[in-house]
Amino acid sequence: MQPEEANKFSTLSKAAAILRIPLHGVAKVLRSRDGLHDQKDRVGYLMVLPYILHITIFLGYPLAFAFVLIFHRWNIYTPMKWVGLGNIKLLLTDPLVWKALINTLYFLLIHIPLQLVVALGLAQLLNQKIRGRAFFRASYFMPVVVSGVVVTMLWQQLYASETGLINVLLQRVGLPGIGWLTDRRYAMPAIAIMATWKNVGLYVVLFLVGLQGISRDLYEAAELDGASAWQNFRLITVPMLNPTIMLVLVLSTIGGFSLFIEPYVMTGGGPANSTLSGILYLYKQAFFFSKMGYATTVGFFWAMMIFVVVLLQRRFVETEAV
Amino acid sequence: MKRFLLYAILTVGALVFLYPFVWMLAATLKPELEIAGFNPLSSHFTLENYRFVLQKLPILRGFGNSLLVSIAVTTSVIVFGSMVGYALSRLHFRGRDLVFNLALATMMIPAQLTLIPLYTMMVKFGWVNSYLALIVPTMMSSYAALLFRQFFQSVPQSLIEAARLDGCSDWRILFTIVFPLSKPAIITVAILTFMGIWNDVLWPLMVIRDERLMTMPLMVTLFAVGGQAEARLGAQLAAATLLALPVIGAYLFLQRHLIESIATSGMKN
Repeated sequence: MQPEEANKFSTLSKAAAILRIPLHGVAKVLRSRDGLHDQKDRVGYLMVLPYILHITIFLGYPLAFAFVLIFHRWNIYTPMKWVGLGNIKLLLTDPLVWKALINTLYFLLIHIPLQLVVALGLAQLLNQKIRGRAFFRASYFMPVVVSGVVVTMLWQQLYASETGLINVLLQRVGLPGIGWLTDRRYAMPAIAIMATWKNVGLYVVLFLVGLQGISRDLYEAAELDGASAWQNFRLITVPMLNPTIMLVLVLSTIGGFSLFIEPYVMTGGGPANSTLSGILYLYKQAFFFSKMGYATTVGFFWAMMIFVVVLLQRRFVETEAV
Repeated sequence: MKRFLLYAILTVGALVFLYPFVWMLAATLKPELEIAGFNPLSSHFTLENYRFVLQKLPILRGFGNSLLVSIAVTTSVIVFGSMVGYALSRLHFRGRDLVFNLALATMMIPAQLTLIPLYTMMVKFGWVNSYLALIVPTMMSSYAALLFRQFFQSVPQSLIEAARLDGCSDWRILFTIVFPLSKPAIITVAILTFMGIWNDVLWPLMVIRDERLMTMPLMVTLFAVGGQAEARLGAQLAAATLLALPVIGAYLFLQRHLIESIATSGMKN
């Protein structure tokens, strides 16, 4: 159980789960048969007991309670009030929920292709006999380990309209500066670029592992057939890396749906709600307006959206395992 | 020529990822007016920004809080996770597969769904503004349990049988025989858990209002978002630098372990 959803490492496990555990895993829980095991190790119960108690209290109960909250209005301090489908009706007609969803999809539309191209490109370059590979790999990985708050505060300065390093750089080469965080057209792309910078090192390493797993024989056979470098890349490298690409997609998607600290620190969701994210909206509903029922409903909707997007990605991108 | 181009691209890449950190550090050491611009060096070296941050924020206390919470959670996740992993991989008891499948299923529950109910629970328990809210809900991890289970499966059964013949209890087998053999798994779980807790802001933001109990990233976040920094860029960046330093320091030493742990957690199941 990990409430710190906003952060990448806790989401890794979830992504692995979504990727590899077919849905019938849930069904199996319900009809588990292991009467065949002998019963000699009663100490096993003691060893799993703390864990079972813990997930019952801190995961099972909140999960069940979520489905109570969805149908109630509640500010924690006064009694709950039953509202039936009120929260869900409100959600479906709440323009800000849809705004947050569109913002998130916009983020993913920029973030995912950028991430894939940069990560795969750098991994390809590193997957050769070169000196200092460990150094390059470690430098690309550096932002991955640094706290998102630091990265956000740093990029806030880099993006500053007048004094920011990026606009200074643009003006040096004769381009006009951009109001990265003040123009509603650029604010979300700015966050997407920053998120790519922060995470891409992880994907470079993942792709590198994937590339090293591809047999040399395949390329040698292709060479005999006179394949070009581009054909090699498209017909061997990309299909062989499909599981890694899928993983990158899922992790980036979960990351996109978990955006919180970036808009919270950089823009507060603005300008004109152009960087409002689902978690930021949920947070505001719960902590500015004390609407626990509605915030839970938003969280439920958000969780459903993650499943939908990931399932669509699996449907269209995942090929049979090689 | 091709080699030259290759190294040129890789080096530019390294600069793109490293230079902003250098710039950040440099910016904290110069007067406010000189922060803009490429040149990291300034004629007026000053520690004024750090003095300001240390005066406004109990940042050392925040560091201590972060350390306390991260260590407590990491220790607990390792101890309890390895117990579950051992039971699931090495012991036979009715309901074992049920526990295993339950652990798998819990990983599919998105945190967004339970975030608010869990918060209301903290309020009802009276745990808001206490270390308990920061530590207890994350004390166990299904992911760690499954990772230990998988790793323990590779421990030779003969070793365990031999220990049993010597009258060793399963507790002793786990903590004195299996543990020393499982350093890679323990390091991976430790790094992932520690970094996850250390860098988290959302949960501490929800459950802690009292500055004396805040973790370091929460303190720095509120310093940037709230008015305390008085719009001083240098001071904000100094706070961010103080937050980044321990992590970057640890990264320089544990770089290989860190990269491997984080990468394998994505690849393996």
